[in-house]
Amino acid sequence: MSTDHVTIRTGAYADSVALLQVSRDVQRVPGVATAQVAMATPLNVEVLTGLGFAVPPGTTPNDLVVAIRLEDGGDLDQAIAAVDVGLTPTRSAGAAREAEPRRTTGSALADSPGLVLVSVPGASAFVEAMDALDAGCDVMVFSDNVPVAQEVSLKRTAAERGLLVMGPDCGTAVVGGVGLGFANATVPGPVGIVAASGTGCQQVLALLDHAGVGVTSALGVGGRDLSADVGGTSTIEALRRLDADDTVELVLVVSKPPAPEVAARIEEFAATLATPVELALLGPGQPDLTEAVERILAGLDVQVPDWPVVGHAEPGGGGPVRGLFVGGTTCQEAQLVVESLDPRDHTFVDFGDDAYTQGRAHPMIDPTLRLEEVRRAASDPGTGALLLDVVLGHGAEPDPAALLAPAITDAAVPVVVTVVGTRLDPQDRDRQVRVLAEAGAEVHLSNAAAARRAVELARGTR
Amino acid sequence: MRAPDRVVAVGADLLAEAVAGQAVEVERVDWRPPMAATEADLATVAADPRRHDANRQAVEAMLAVTAHLVDVAPASELLGLERGQFLHAGPPIGWDRAPGPLRGALMGGAALEGLVDDPEDAVRLFESGDGVSLEPCHHRGAVGPMAGVVTPSMWMFVLEDLASGRRTYCSLNEGLGKVLRYGAYGPEVLERLRWMGDVLGPLLQTAVRAVRDDTGPVDVTGILTQMLQMGDEAHNRNRAGTLMLLRDLAPALVSHGDRSQAAEALRFIGGNDHFFLNLAMPACKLALDAGRDIPGSTMVVAMARNGTDFGIQVSGTGDEWFTGPAQLADGLFLGDFGPDDANPDIGDSAITETAGIGGFAMATAPAIVRFVGGTVPDALATTRRMGEITLAANPRWSVPVLDFTGVPTGIDVTRVCRTGILPQINTGMAGKQAGVGQVGAGLVTPPAEIFPKALARLAALAR
Repeated sequence: MSTDHVTIRTGAYADSVALLQVSRDVQRVPGVATAQVAMATPLNVEVLTGLGFAVPPGTTPNDLVVAIRLEDGGDLDQAIAAVDVGLTPTRSAGAAREAEPRRTTGSALADSPGLVLVSVPGASAFVEAMDALDAGCDVMVFSDNVPVAQEVSLKRTAAERGLLVMGPDCGTAVVGGVGLGFANATVPGPVGIVAASGTGCQQVLALLDHAGVGVTSALGVGGRDLSADVGGTSTIEALRRLDADDTVELVLVVSKPPAPEVAARIEEFAATLATPVELALLGPGQPDLTEAVERILAGLDVQVPDWPVVGHAEPGGGGPVRGLFVGGTTCQEAQLVVESLDPRDHTFVDFGDDAYTQGRAHPMIDPTLRLEEVRRAASDPGTGALLLDVVLGHGAEPDPAALLAPAITDAAVPVVVTVVGTRLDPQDRDRQVRVLAEAGAEVHLSNAAAARRAVELARGTR
Repeated sequence: MRAPDRVVAVGADLLAEAVAGQAVEVERVDWRPPMAATEADLATVAADPRRHDANRQAVEAMLAVTAHLVDVAPASELLGLERGQFLHAGPPIGWDRAPGPLRGALMGGAALEGLVDDPEDAVRLFESGDGVSLEPCHHRGAVGPMAGVVTPSMWMFVLEDLASGRRTYCSLNEGLGKVLRYGAYGPEVLERLRWMGDVLGPLLQTAVRAVRDDTGPVDVTGILTQMLQMGDEAHNRNRAGTLMLLRDLAPALVSHGDRSQAAEALRFIGGNDHFFLNLAMPACKLALDAGRDIPGSTMVVAMARNGTDFGIQVSGTGDEWFTGPAQLADGLFLGDFGPDDANPDIGDSAITETAGIGGFAMATAPAIVRFVGGTVPDALATTRRMGEITLAANPRWSVPVLDFTGVPTGIDVTRVCRTGILPQINTGMAGKQAGVGQVGAGLVTPPAEIFPKALARLAALAR
């Protein structure tokens, strides 16, 4: 018999990444069957309820829920102690004597400027980002769930002051070689990127890296920047910045197809620049990102390499493709490729979508939700092929292959994985690829190639 | 593009860590969720295109003011206060909701003005409301410590911003213990007030006018600058300020007055370490009033308490008071008094914190940290923490021990709501029973809910 203990701590707050770590620490306490320490957002309450925990009614997203399931003989005090230790801010002995940390972006910028990286919950991101603009600083807004009206207001203010807003929902940026958010480690080079999509940008970085072409700056602008509402304000500022950089020989804009009037505005602006601007647009009838990169390479007189494939998958019983992704653009691109080749009813899920991240860390940090779904789909004989992405780089989880490999080993269906990463990424890309291949997956660097291969495998042996 | 020299990371520590791992200097902001249900209003106010410049304008206007002591005269002359009119501290209040110390002070004031012979008879007078009216000091350009009761015959300091001619007013400080402002109204209280009206007021008037006409008026803002470097925070400690004022006025007091009366006045002022408080307060109000009525500004221009309600006024919301229940101070008690004897927070003296001194300048007054129940490291931390909720550092008023950093100035309603950090106020405690007087001193904060109320109004005006 196990026993559940659910307590609510009002007024306590920690970010979802810190809470993930606390949950893992508590799960390691002997006698603890499972434990979740999370802010009581609707999504987290749903997850807790799904695990069988009874969350008291009336809890709000500002409350911290501590849910612990003990095995027989488990010691609750020990588990609670682990929660308390995990929630206590750690400070080095030296830091304890220093001044208290700053509490707002504005006060942190009061004495000296800096590039601001905002990843607070969406409802509060605008205010922190505005502090950056008020202090005359560029800002990257990693946070999602930011209302579009706030995005417009932020970017309009930035444009008036000649500042750059990357985001909201900007997962990736490389600024002068420094990666922000989920960014791949790159070598400096002649290509500048303006990206309205995080994983789209990462795919391009990975492919260029394999072809030996460096990138010094890749400026994210957020997925809505080229919509009619936002009007491409950040894209224009990013293009202006890259054009002013003498080391940039060619600029690539990676985006979903813009609203027509915005496309016209961008093209008009690009025509005024000294640096050539190429567009890689993701959508039906458009070339995929791999083709776009191949075109860029041709423009730079660089030979297009073979995109690597490691491991080999055999077709199974056939059926629709099930795509389970952590990257929004990798998901979308794969879906476009698959559906253009095979009219069957495939399913694609982007676990980085806002709906899965309210009060939860992004799946590149917290793989729990996708991992459950991978297990389910891999054991379902109706799955024609399982198509996954693994995104490496700064900020992403340290060893994603280790978590996925057991599920792939157990899979009853063919598994194709795109590993989006560069040679210099901290996770050791080649080792990640090897572990996945050894588990039975067929591993591609090109997401479009992986998607085409999944269609082939999903046709089955019959 | 160049790599950033410094990254300020707010939110997930993991992302900060990933940047730090690339050998870039990273400052991590200790972000926490804002006060409950303020996110939407915070965003609306942050998006108000007027806010940034309005706040800069409010701060600049406030910091540009220097207060000079130009006159001393009765309230009837200065404010046109008539028989039966009473000023009091804090936001508006009637007799029915007035707390003990305010009632006691009003009763004493009524006796002082001859409306009643015995202060106890004033209760019926105020209950009936016949021929008496109550009005906040702040509504007449004045401030009053504790109960803050001003009657027509009371003499007041007049402070002027010489550049604009704007003026503010404050009564003369009676000293500590059984005094009207703490709600005492016994014979010795009234006797002292009569002496202040008959002797001290006229003497000070002569001296202040003589100094004004001979060498220029006393620069009160300048004395504040100096006293903050001499261990005063100008709310609960005014010793250095009082002595500097004496230094400036003593020659004129002696040369223009009757010798024995002058000696009595000098002894009274010198024996009352808080005498300067009644100059520090109107000097702060004079500065803050310059920051009033700037559309879009989120700067607090007054914090005041009447012993029942704590109220704030904000630059961008005009004369509206945002109020909540005044809190009990946490601190030390005189003699046998204890927490049960204390009235909730009272007085206009929180104008000093509003201007960046008092509790905000705790770091500069280590001598009194134990008096209000703290330690020196607490004091340093308090002043630094107030920097989180303020718009600027005052270049004139600096704290030597913090490497001459300016005191944190200009409380920003949005920053209070974002951080949940409440302004720290040093205060005296009045007995809750009318007539008791002072029972202690300590630290207090405003009720948290008044800041979201003010924020909601700012947001409504921004839409």
